[in-house]
Amino acid sequence: MATSTIDLTLPYKTRVKDALGNKHLKIALERSTGRMAGQRVAAMNAVDAPRLRDQVRQMKEYVLRNLPDLLEQLETNITANGGRVHWAKEAVDVQRIVVEIARKANVQKVVKAKSMATEEVHLNQALQAAGMKVVETDLGEYIIQLAGEPPSHIVAPVIHRRVEEISDIFQRELDMPPTLDPQIICSVARGVLRKEFLSADMGISGCNFAIAETGTCCIVTNEGNGRMTSTLPRVYVVVMGIEKLVPTIEDAFLQYQALCRSSTGQQCSVYLSMTSGPRKPGDIDGPEEFHVVLLDNGRVDMLAKGYGEALCCIRCGACLNVCPVYREIGGHAYGSTYSGPIGAVISPTIHMEVTDVDKLPYASSLCGACRDACPVKIDLPRMLVELRRDVVEEGETTLFDRAGMQAFSRMMQSRASYESAGKLGSLGSNLLAGFSGGAIKSLPGPLAGWTKSRDFPPLAKRSFREQWRDRLKGRKVIGANDDSV
Amino acid sequence: MAHKKQFETPPRRVALFVTCMVDMIYPEVGMATVELLERQGVEVVFPADQTCCGQPAFNAGFWEEARPLARRFVDIFEPLVRNKQVDAVVAPSGSCTTMTSHFYSLLLENDPTYRARAEFLGAATFELTEFLVDVLGVEAVGAHFDGVLTYHACCHLKRELGIDRQPRTLLSHVEGAEVVEMTAADECCGFGGLFAIKNNDISTAMGQRKTQNITKSDADVVALCDVSCMAHINGLLSRQGQRTRAVHIAQVLANQVDVTPRTRTKPEAKPPAPPRRWQDGKA
Repeated sequence: MATSTIDLTLPYKTRVKDALGNKHLKIALERSTGRMAGQRVAAMNAVDAPRLRDQVRQMKEYVLRNLPDLLEQLETNITANGGRVHWAKEAVDVQRIVVEIARKANVQKVVKAKSMATEEVHLNQALQAAGMKVVETDLGEYIIQLAGEPPSHIVAPVIHRRVEEISDIFQRELDMPPTLDPQIICSVARGVLRKEFLSADMGISGCNFAIAETGTCCIVTNEGNGRMTSTLPRVYVVVMGIEKLVPTIEDAFLQYQALCRSSTGQQCSVYLSMTSGPRKPGDIDGPEEFHVVLLDNGRVDMLAKGYGEALCCIRCGACLNVCPVYREIGGHAYGSTYSGPIGAVISPTIHMEVTDVDKLPYASSLCGACRDACPVKIDLPRMLVELRRDVVEEGETTLFDRAGMQAFSRMMQSRASYESAGKLGSLGSNLLAGFSGGAIKSLPGPLAGWTKSRDFPPLAKRSFREQWRDRLKGRKVIGANDDSV
Repeated sequence: MAHKKQFETPPRRVALFVTCMVDMIYPEVGMATVELLERQGVEVVFPADQTCCGQPAFNAGFWEEARPLARRFVDIFEPLVRNKQVDAVVAPSGSCTTMTSHFYSLLLENDPTYRARAEFLGAATFELTEFLVDVLGVEAVGAHFDGVLTYHACCHLKRELGIDRQPRTLLSHVEGAEVVEMTAADECCGFGGLFAIKNNDISTAMGQRKTQNITKSDADVVALCDVSCMAHINGLLSRQGQRTRAVHIAQVLANQVDVTPRTRTKPEAKPPAPPRRWQDGKA
């Protein structure tokens, strides 16, 4: 396996700089995000989108209100079907539980369907450390596993690579003859992966939603790898975040519809694999053992801290595709398994180790495109501002920023100081502008960031309020104007 | 969010929330706003104690520093509305209107008295184009512009306040103007307050995408409803040496904007140069 050039543990500034300087990344993001966003709009507009969004949102809110009961109902039903449920409080618990299951079943090889939850808890590394071979079987995940890279998008993990680079990776790792034909590249992967499926002892997947009333885990895929992961190996393990729960089958199809339309712009996915338990006598296929690992890893804390709304997320990736920041820097710059606007909310609130995680809530212009695209109407901009408040309250800002803001607030609390600051600013900025012919080309101190790429207008020589005062001179002033000027 | 105030009789007098940026940097936008309102027979009052609504501090996470400014704003404007000295508050800014009419509820969450007052005030606070079109029912304000216009939809205006039809309606009634639609008109220009400084590189990349779309539209000016986005877009256009510039919609509607007329047809092709040997004088 190749060693990756992508290092998520670098400082935020470096990650962003690297991303912005990467021309290939720019092309890759340009090709994919716009197309995915367009497909989503078309698919959502084909149905009563406002109603669908309302329904899913209400359902997810119901789930969060009744989480303990629904989780127990899910456990009861999975157990009744012959499966086993494991409760994992932290990431290390998932690692321990799955490694134990694998050891008991004498597992040598694991095939995996795409799963963000297992990425979040670094399950692959734990299994590999325990001596097992782990093969990702989603095409995108397989490519980045070959390249030794983490995923950079919730549903399109290899969105950061162009087909030209993917071809290079396959030529290097799998001796594929040179080609840019996606069909050929896919068939090479298919050939390799088919053998892995047939020789694997354990399949691991995430879970798009689990139905409490039936104890059924559902995975939504387009490549069929999910179906083979859940049916071919002897042991099948599902790792699911506790919020991936729906009460009933009807709710499952509600979420399914919102997910397919919002993520890939499909009416429905090519595969929907539903597993309610292990193989029963007389079944022609299915695993002998079926395990479900319920993952908390800070999700309950998110509810307690007031960020529970983010647990309504169905991981469709729509907010990434429309985010003007994500489109410039891609997923890796966020330094976390979860990128984009939702990643900037989840990463600081869930139990994850992310370098410079405090910077993520600030990686947004608060434009709100994400909230408009979200099928669950999550108010991401509001949560980003609240997270910034938390950063400030926890004293994680620089003294300089704090002093600046305090001075700003004091100045704005008095008309006299505001007006004199305006006068001073007008004088100073017009001097600066005078030197460079009208617009300010270079600002001092912390404002220098602005003038690196943009001019700045000098303050007006006569402010609005001064002009207003002149305008009122000699006029008969009535009513509220008496005490207002 | 409470519903907007309904008017049984047309509003006669409004308080202008001019915003600190307009006051200090772009007074002409404030003057244009006053002119537009007065032209509709609405008397404008300017409460001179107003400064900043506190948005920069709020967005940066400094809520403790933003709260006194929010209370101060409420203290200045809310009594005017409550005592019926004015019928409404009008601001030439989608962003500052959003701050005062939407975000104050969140900022003052644990201060029930001020929160209630802020929400009462918020219901009577209108962004300029919203006030003109939805409250006064005006579509044509008698503006004239000889040139090509395009419209940039500022984020807070469109996504927080849901205002998009109103400014577009007003622009479509500007006589003599050709209104063209740019690509991705509602995509963020990358300003985002302190974001433009703290994440300067990302902000610039976003802004360059925006200015590209603006110049590709071949418009003479791009009209918008927030001077903050205007400062950002113009800062980039000016640095790039572009001819196109951003203007506040009030400036267009108040006939403040003039563009140097330019030939819209292709310049006549120069006659082909004579063969080189004749140029050289070698017959």
